[in-house]
Amino acid sequence: MSDIKMVEAPEGHSGAGFFATSFDKVIGMARANSLWPLPFATSCCGIEFMATMGSHYDISRFGSERPSFSPRQADLLMVMGTIAKKMGPIVKQVYEQMAEPRWVIAVGACASSGGIFDTYSVLQGIDRVVPVDVYVPGCPPRPEQILEGLMQIQELARNESLRRRNSEEYQLLLSSYNIK
Amino acid sequence: MTHQEIIEDLTGRYGDNIFDIHEPYGLLTLTTKRENIIDLLQYLYNHKTLQIQFLTDLCGIHYPDNIGNELGVIYHVHSLINNIRIRIKVFFPLTDPEIPTATGLYATANWMERETYDFFGIIFKGHPNLKRILNVDEMDYFPMRKEYPLEDQTRRDKQDFHFGR
Repeated sequence: MSDIKMVEAPEGHSGAGFFATSFDKVIGMARANSLWPLPFATSCCGIEFMATMGSHYDISRFGSERPSFSPRQADLLMVMGTIAKKMGPIVKQVYEQMAEPRWVIAVGACASSGGIFDTYSVLQGIDRVVPVDVYVPGCPPRPEQILEGLMQIQELARNESLRRRNSEEYQLLLSSYNIK
Repeated sequence: MTHQEIIEDLTGRYGDNIFDIHEPYGLLTLTTKRENIIDLLQYLYNHKTLQIQFLTDLCGIHYPDNIGNELGVIYHVHSLINNIRIRIKVFFPLTDPEIPTATGLYATANWMERETYDFFGIIFKGHPNLKRILNVDEMDYFPMRKEYPLEDQTRRDKQDFHFGR
Protein backbone atom coordinates (compact mmCIF):
# COMPACT_ATOMS: atom_id res chain seq x y z
CA MET A 1 0.00 0.00 0.00
CA SER A 2 1.19 3.47 -0.72
CA ASP A 3 1.06 5.98 2.09
CA ILE A 4 -0.90 8.73 0.36
CA LYS A 5 -1.94 11.38 2.84
CA MET A 6 -5.47 12.62 2.46
CA VAL A 7 -6.60 16.07 3.49
CA GLU A 8 -8.69 15.94 6.61
CA ALA A 9 -12.36 16.65 6.13
CA PRO A 10 -13.51 20.01 7.41
CA GLU A 11 -15.62 20.13 10.53
CA GLY A 12 -19.25 19.36 9.90
CA HIS A 13 -22.07 17.01 10.65
CA SER A 14 -22.02 13.51 9.36
CA GLY A 15 -24.67 10.85 9.50
CA ALA A 16 -25.73 7.80 7.61
CA GLY A 17 -25.04 8.58 3.96
CA PHE A 18 -24.56 12.33 4.27
CA PHE A 19 -22.06 14.93 5.39
CA ALA A 20 -23.04 18.53 5.94
CA THR A 21 -20.66 21.47 6.18
CA SER A 22 -20.46 25.05 4.97
CA PHE A 23 -19.60 26.17 1.45
CA ASP A 24 -16.77 28.34 2.78
CA LYS A 25 -14.95 25.36 4.19
CA VAL A 26 -15.34 23.07 1.19
CA ILE A 27 -14.34 25.69 -1.35
CA GLY A 28 -11.49 26.91 0.87
CA MET A 29 -10.21 23.36 1.13
CA ALA A 30 -10.42 22.86 -2.63
CA ARG A 31 -8.66 26.16 -3.39
CA ALA A 32 -5.93 25.61 -0.83
CA ASN A 33 -5.04 22.21 -2.23
CA SER A 34 -5.07 23.14 -5.88
CA LEU A 35 -3.15 26.42 -6.03
CA TRP A 36 -1.70 27.13 -9.44
CA PRO A 37 1.31 29.39 -9.12
CA LEU A 38 2.30 31.84 -11.84
CA PRO A 39 6.08 32.15 -11.43
CA PHE A 40 7.37 35.62 -12.28
CA ALA A 41 11.06 34.87 -11.92
CA THR A 42 13.64 37.49 -12.83
CA SER A 43 16.82 36.43 -11.04
CA CYS A 44 18.50 34.23 -8.42
CA CYS A 45 15.30 33.60 -6.43
CA GLY A 46 13.86 32.19 -9.65
CA ILE A 47 16.67 29.61 -9.71
CA GLU A 48 15.82 28.75 -6.12
CA PHE A 49 12.20 28.30 -7.19
CA MET A 50 13.29 25.91 -9.94
CA ALA A 51 14.89 23.80 -7.22
CA THR A 52 11.56 23.98 -5.38
CA MET A 53 9.81 22.68 -8.48
CA GLY A 54 12.29 19.81 -8.79
CA SER A 55 11.70 16.31 -7.48
CA HIS A 56 13.59 16.78 -4.22
CA TYR A 57 11.45 19.58 -2.81
CA ASP A 58 8.52 18.93 -5.15
CA ILE A 59 6.11 21.82 -4.97
CA SER A 60 3.61 19.49 -6.67
CA ARG A 61 2.88 17.89 -3.30
CA PHE A 62 0.89 21.00 -2.44
CA GLY A 63 -1.47 20.69 -5.38
CA SER A 64 0.72 23.02 -7.44
CA GLU A 65 1.32 20.36 -10.03
CA ARG A 66 1.29 22.63 -13.02
CA PRO A 67 2.95 26.02 -12.61
CA SER A 68 0.91 28.20 -14.92
CA PHE A 69 3.11 30.35 -17.13
CA SER A 70 0.06 32.33 -18.12
CA PRO A 71 -2.35 34.44 -16.07
CA ARG A 72 -5.16 32.12 -17.24
CA GLN A 73 -6.36 29.86 -14.42
CA ALA A 74 -3.50 30.99 -12.17
CA ASP A 75 -4.32 31.72 -8.53
CA LEU A 76 -0.99 32.67 -7.09
CA LEU A 77 1.48 35.21 -8.44
CA MET A 78 4.97 34.39 -7.20
CA VAL A 79 7.34 37.28 -7.84
CA MET A 80 10.94 36.19 -7.41
CA GLY A 81 13.87 38.43 -8.06
CA THR A 82 14.72 42.07 -8.54
CA ILE A 83 11.95 44.10 -10.12
CA ALA A 84 13.32 47.16 -11.87
CA LYS A 85 11.11 50.23 -12.15
CA LYS A 86 10.83 49.46 -15.84
CA MET A 87 9.45 46.00 -15.00
CA GLY A 88 6.90 47.32 -12.47
CA PRO A 89 4.09 48.00 -15.00
CA ILE A 90 4.50 44.48 -16.41
CA VAL A 91 4.13 42.91 -12.97
CA LYS A 92 1.01 44.98 -12.47
CA GLN A 93 -0.36 43.99 -15.87
CA VAL A 94 0.14 40.29 -15.13
CA TYR A 95 -1.59 40.74 -11.78
CA GLU A 96 -4.52 42.54 -13.43
CA GLN A 97 -4.90 39.74 -15.96
CA MET A 98 -5.34 37.10 -13.25
CA ALA A 99 -8.87 36.26 -12.20
CA GLU A 100 -10.11 36.44 -8.61
CA PRO A 101 -9.42 34.87 -6.21
CA ARG A 102 -5.73 35.61 -6.48
CA TRP A 103 -2.86 35.72 -4.03
CA VAL A 104 0.65 37.16 -4.26
CA ILE A 105 3.93 36.01 -2.73
CA ALA A 106 7.00 38.24 -2.79
CA VAL A 107 9.92 35.82 -2.68
CA GLY A 108 13.26 37.09 -1.42
CA ALA A 109 14.67 40.41 -0.30
CA CYS A 110 14.49 42.13 -3.72
CA ALA A 111 10.84 41.47 -4.44
CA SER A 112 9.94 42.31 -0.84
CA SER A 113 11.93 45.49 -0.37
CA GLY A 114 14.40 46.08 -3.16
CA GLY A 115 17.01 44.17 -1.18
CA ILE A 116 20.57 45.37 -1.53
CA PHE A 117 19.68 47.29 -4.68
CA ASP A 118 18.87 50.57 -3.00
CA THR A 119 19.20 52.51 -6.21
CA TYR A 120 17.43 54.72 -8.72
CA SER A 121 16.48 51.95 -11.13
CA VAL A 122 15.01 49.34 -8.78
CA LEU A 123 11.49 49.18 -7.38
CA GLN A 124 11.81 49.14 -3.58
CA GLY A 125 9.41 46.24 -3.09
CA ILE A 126 6.57 45.01 -5.31
CA ASP A 127 3.97 46.13 -2.77
CA ARG A 128 4.32 49.51 -4.43
CA VAL A 129 2.50 48.19 -7.51
CA VAL A 130 0.45 45.17 -6.39
CA PRO A 131 -0.95 44.05 -3.01
CA VAL A 132 1.13 41.29 -1.40
CA ASP A 133 -0.14 38.51 0.87
CA VAL A 134 3.07 36.78 1.98
CA TYR A 135 6.67 37.95 2.06
CA VAL A 136 9.41 35.32 2.03
CA PRO A 137 12.64 36.67 3.54
CA GLY A 138 16.12 35.57 2.53
CA CYS A 139 18.69 36.32 -0.12
CA PRO A 140 17.99 33.98 -1.71
CA PRO A 141 15.52 31.98 0.40
CA ARG A 142 16.02 28.23 0.51
CA PRO A 143 13.37 26.03 -1.14
CA GLU A 144 12.05 25.15 2.33
CA GLN A 145 11.29 28.82 2.89
CA ILE A 146 9.45 29.08 -0.42
CA LEU A 147 7.41 26.02 0.54
CA GLU A 148 6.67 27.66 3.90
CA GLY A 149 5.45 30.75 2.05
CA LEU A 150 3.23 28.57 -0.12
CA MET A 151 1.84 26.87 2.99
CA GLN A 152 1.06 30.29 4.47
CA ILE A 153 -0.90 31.08 1.29
CA GLN A 154 -2.71 27.75 1.64
CA GLU A 155 -3.64 28.76 5.15
CA LEU A 156 -5.01 32.07 3.85
CA ALA A 157 -6.94 30.35 1.07
CA ARG A 158 -8.38 27.73 3.42
CA ASN A 159 -9.72 30.26 5.90
CA GLU A 160 -10.82 32.97 3.53
CA SER A 161 -14.49 33.89 3.54
CA LEU A 162 -16.20 33.54 0.18
CA ARG A 163 -17.28 37.17 0.39
CA ARG A 164 -13.89 38.60 1.26
CA ARG A 165 -13.25 39.66 -2.35
CA ASN A 166 -16.49 41.64 -2.39
CA SER A 167 -15.80 43.42 0.87
CA GLU A 168 -15.49 47.16 1.10
CA GLU A 169 -12.00 46.84 2.55
CA TYR A 170 -10.75 44.72 -0.33
CA GLN A 171 -12.17 47.10 -2.93
CA LEU A 172 -10.46 49.99 -1.15
CA LEU A 173 -7.18 48.11 -1.17
CA LEU A 174 -7.40 47.48 -4.91
CA SER A 175 -8.44 51.04 -5.67
CA SER A 176 -5.44 52.30 -3.66
CA TYR A 177 -3.34 50.49 -6.28
CA ASN A 178 -5.51 51.89 -9.10
CA ILE A 179 -6.57 48.40 -10.07
CA LYS A 180 -10.01 48.24 -11.78
CA MET B 1 52.18 54.37 -38.46
CA THR B 2 53.67 54.95 -35.04
CA HIS B 3 51.95 57.11 -32.44
CA GLN B 4 54.47 59.86 -33.06
CA GLU B 5 53.64 59.93 -36.77
CA ILE B 6 49.90 60.01 -36.01
CA ILE B 7 50.38 62.92 -33.61
CA GLU B 8 52.42 64.83 -36.19
CA ASP B 9 49.83 64.14 -38.87
CA LEU B 10 46.96 65.34 -36.69
CA THR B 11 48.67 68.43 -35.24
CA GLY B 12 49.69 69.37 -38.77
CA ARG B 13 46.00 69.42 -39.69
CA TYR B 14 44.39 70.68 -36.47
CA GLY B 15 47.16 72.61 -34.72
CA ASP B 16 46.12 73.87 -31.30
CA ASN B 17 42.67 72.32 -31.55
CA ILE B 18 44.24 69.06 -30.41
CA PHE B 19 45.86 69.20 -26.99
CA ASP B 20 46.58 67.19 -23.86
CA ILE B 21 48.16 64.39 -25.90
CA HIS B 22 49.52 61.50 -23.85
CA GLU B 23 49.78 57.72 -23.92
CA PRO B 24 48.63 56.06 -20.70
CA TYR B 25 49.31 52.32 -20.90
CA GLY B 26 50.21 52.76 -24.54
CA LEU B 27 46.78 54.06 -25.58
CA LEU B 28 47.10 57.25 -27.62
CA THR B 29 44.80 59.77 -25.94
CA LEU B 30 44.01 63.29 -27.07
CA THR B 31 41.48 66.01 -26.34
CA THR B 32 39.77 68.15 -28.92
CA LYS B 33 36.94 70.68 -29.16
CA ARG B 34 33.28 70.29 -30.00
CA GLU B 35 33.72 72.05 -33.33
CA ASN B 36 36.37 69.60 -34.51
CA ILE B 37 35.17 66.25 -33.23
CA ILE B 38 33.07 65.11 -36.19
CA ASP B 39 35.63 66.43 -38.67
CA LEU B 40 38.38 64.58 -36.81
CA LEU B 41 36.45 61.30 -36.76
CA GLN B 42 35.70 61.74 -40.46
CA TYR B 43 39.37 62.49 -41.18
CA LEU B 44 40.53 59.37 -39.33
CA TYR B 45 37.84 57.35 -41.14
CA ASN B 46 38.94 58.46 -44.60
CA HIS B 47 42.67 58.53 -43.85
CA LYS B 48 44.58 56.61 -46.52
CA THR B 49 46.92 54.70 -44.20
CA LEU B 50 45.20 54.83 -40.79
CA GLN B 51 41.70 53.72 -41.88
CA ILE B 52 40.21 54.07 -38.40
CA GLN B 53 36.71 52.92 -39.25
CA PHE B 54 35.42 51.24 -36.12
CA LEU B 55 33.81 52.97 -33.12
CA THR B 56 34.57 50.73 -30.15
CA ASP B 57 32.80 52.84 -27.56
CA LEU B 58 31.29 56.22 -26.87
CA CYS B 59 30.46 57.31 -23.35
CA GLY B 60 30.00 60.31 -21.11
CA ILE B 61 31.77 61.54 -18.01
CA HIS B 62 31.14 64.17 -15.37
CA TYR B 63 33.91 65.99 -13.49
CA PRO B 64 32.07 68.44 -11.21
CA ASP B 65 35.36 70.11 -10.11
CA ASN B 66 36.37 70.87 -13.68
CA ILE B 67 34.65 74.29 -13.78
CA GLY B 68 33.59 75.26 -17.29
CA ASN B 69 34.34 71.79 -18.65
CA GLU B 70 32.28 69.59 -16.35
CA LEU B 71 30.82 67.23 -18.93
CA GLY B 72 32.73 65.17 -21.43
CA VAL B 73 32.23 62.66 -24.18
CA ILE B 74 34.90 60.05 -24.87
CA TYR B 75 35.27 58.23 -28.17
CA HIS B 76 37.31 55.05 -28.57
CA VAL B 77 38.05 54.42 -32.22
CA HIS B 78 39.91 51.47 -33.68
CA SER B 79 41.50 50.61 -36.98
CA LEU B 80 40.77 46.95 -37.60
CA ILE B 81 43.17 46.99 -40.53
CA ASN B 82 46.22 48.37 -38.71
CA ASN B 83 45.20 47.48 -35.14
CA ILE B 84 45.60 51.06 -33.92
CA ARG B 85 43.42 52.47 -31.17
CA ILE B 86 42.87 56.16 -30.37
CA ARG B 87 40.92 57.68 -27.50
CA ILE B 88 39.45 61.12 -28.15
CA LYS B 89 37.97 63.28 -25.41
CA VAL B 90 35.78 66.36 -25.70
CA PHE B 91 34.81 68.55 -22.75
CA PHE B 92 32.14 71.24 -22.49
CA PRO B 93 30.25 73.11 -19.75
CA LEU B 94 27.31 71.67 -17.83
CA THR B 95 25.20 74.70 -18.74
CA ASP B 96 25.60 73.97 -22.44
CA PRO B 97 25.56 70.16 -22.74
CA GLU B 98 25.44 69.90 -26.51
CA ILE B 99 27.65 68.13 -29.01
CA PRO B 100 27.10 67.15 -32.65
CA THR B 101 26.06 63.56 -33.24
CA ALA B 102 28.36 60.93 -34.74
CA THR B 103 25.47 58.90 -36.13
CA GLY B 104 26.11 60.24 -39.62
CA LEU B 105 29.46 58.47 -39.59
CA TYR B 106 28.86 55.46 -37.33
CA ALA B 107 25.42 53.85 -37.18
CA THR B 108 26.48 52.20 -33.93
CA ALA B 109 26.72 55.62 -32.27
CA ASN B 110 22.92 55.75 -32.24
CA TRP B 111 22.40 53.58 -29.15
CA MET B 112 25.62 54.72 -27.47
CA GLU B 113 24.54 58.35 -27.70
CA ARG B 114 21.09 57.49 -26.43
CA GLU B 115 22.71 55.83 -23.41
CA THR B 116 24.96 58.85 -22.84
CA TYR B 117 21.94 61.13 -23.02
CA ASP B 118 20.04 58.83 -20.67
CA PHE B 119 22.69 58.92 -17.94
CA PHE B 120 24.40 62.29 -18.38
CA GLY B 121 21.84 64.47 -20.14
CA ILE B 122 24.21 65.28 -22.98
CA ILE B 123 22.27 66.47 -26.03
CA PHE B 124 23.55 65.09 -29.33
CA LYS B 125 22.47 67.56 -31.99
CA GLY B 126 21.19 65.88 -35.11
CA HIS B 127 20.54 62.52 -33.47
CA PRO B 128 17.55 60.86 -35.22
CA ASN B 129 15.89 59.49 -32.07
CA LEU B 130 17.33 61.00 -28.89
CA LYS B 131 15.32 59.44 -26.06
CA ARG B 132 16.11 57.31 -23.01
CA ILE B 133 17.22 53.78 -23.75
CA LEU B 134 17.77 52.04 -20.39
CA ASN B 135 15.85 53.98 -17.75
CA VAL B 136 12.13 54.64 -17.54
CA ASP B 137 10.89 57.53 -19.68
CA GLU B 138 9.31 59.30 -16.68
CA MET B 139 12.71 59.80 -15.03
CA ASP B 140 13.37 63.53 -14.67
CA TYR B 141 17.05 63.41 -13.72
CA PHE B 142 20.31 62.04 -15.09
CA PRO B 143 21.52 59.42 -12.63
CA MET B 144 25.23 59.24 -13.54
CA ARG B 145 25.88 62.93 -12.95
CA LYS B 146 27.80 63.44 -9.74
CA GLU B 147 25.10 65.62 -8.23
CA TYR B 148 23.76 63.16 -5.67
CA PRO B 149 25.15 62.47 -2.22
CA LEU B 150 26.47 59.01 -1.48
CA GLU B 151 24.24 56.75 0.55
CA ASP B 152 24.22 57.48 4.26
CA GLN B 153 27.09 55.36 5.56
CA THR B 154 25.49 54.98 8.99
CA ARG B 155 22.23 53.35 7.93
CA ARG B 156 21.77 49.86 9.37
CA ASP B 157 18.53 48.71 7.76
CA LYS B 158 20.12 46.88 4.84
CA GLN B 159 22.95 45.04 6.56
CA ASP B 160 23.66 41.44 5.68
CA PHE B 161 22.17 39.80 8.76
CA HIS B 162 18.74 41.18 7.88
CA PHE B 163 18.85 39.03 4.76
CA GLY B 164 20.16 35.85 6.36
CA ARG B 165 23.64 36.34 4.96
